[in-house]
Amino acid sequence: MTIEITISHDDFDIGALHHALQIGNVQQGAVVTFTGLVREFSHGDNVVALELEHYPQMTEQLLLTIAQQAQQRWQLGRISIYHRIGYLPLGEQIVFVGVTAKHRQSAFDGAQFIMDYLKTQATFWKKEHFSHTSQWVEFKASDLQAQQKWR
Amino acid sequence: MAIGNAIKQSANTMTNQVNLLFFGQLKERLQCENYNIEIQHPLSIEQLKAYLVSLEPTWQVALNDNLLIAAVNQQIAQQHAIVKGGDEVAFFPPVTGG
Repeated sequence: MTIEITISHDDFDIGALHHALQIGNVQQGAVVTFTGLVREFSHGDNVVALELEHYPQMTEQLLLTIAQQAQQRWQLGRISIYHRIGYLPLGEQIVFVGVTAKHRQSAFDGAQFIMDYLKTQATFWKKEHFSHTSQWVEFKASDLQAQQKWR
Repeated sequence: MAIGNAIKQSANTMTNQVNLLFFGQLKERLQCENYNIEIQHPLSIEQLKAYLVSLEPTWQVALNDNLLIAAVNQQIAQQHAIVKGGDEVAFFPPVTGG
């Protein structure tokens, strides 16, 4: 049982993160990963980039708590969470969540739980940059609903 | 004597100082990300906000936004939570990561 959490300005390599979940891990038959990217369209305007900031220490602690909850609830083996901060142009990778479990359903559920809680609890804030303006992203009620279904 | 004074001052600082942090849109609205204040006795989050507004009247609207979340020593805290000297208090809007 291992939990790896990284918050960094640097990009990540999905292959390497997947490999770390898989290597020498003969007890678990399922690996599920999610990758979030900077997408183009939001509020009827073209996003040029996202800017992400966070509350150091608190974010790490919250992500660890979320990962531990998922690990206990679905008997996950390995968990890897990587979240980028700083200025991220269109198409860049933002977040990676990967988990392993004995069977696929636990792995799917565990990964989704982590993403749903990360979006509603982890202390990150996102600003969208358009060609001439910028705007802080508003909290979405649909994200809270997604989190609440796990109660 | 100078050393004695310095130690006394630093002990005082540890007891009375509260380190405030602001994040996201709030940081921009206040045009401030880090603010240190001295408090003479423990205050609730609500009282702390009122004290801050007395020091910085232009912060009134932003600090009274109902959606604002507070954290004391990196734990989410309710309005009645108590803040004492040496604490780190953060205020921020709802999170939007991922």
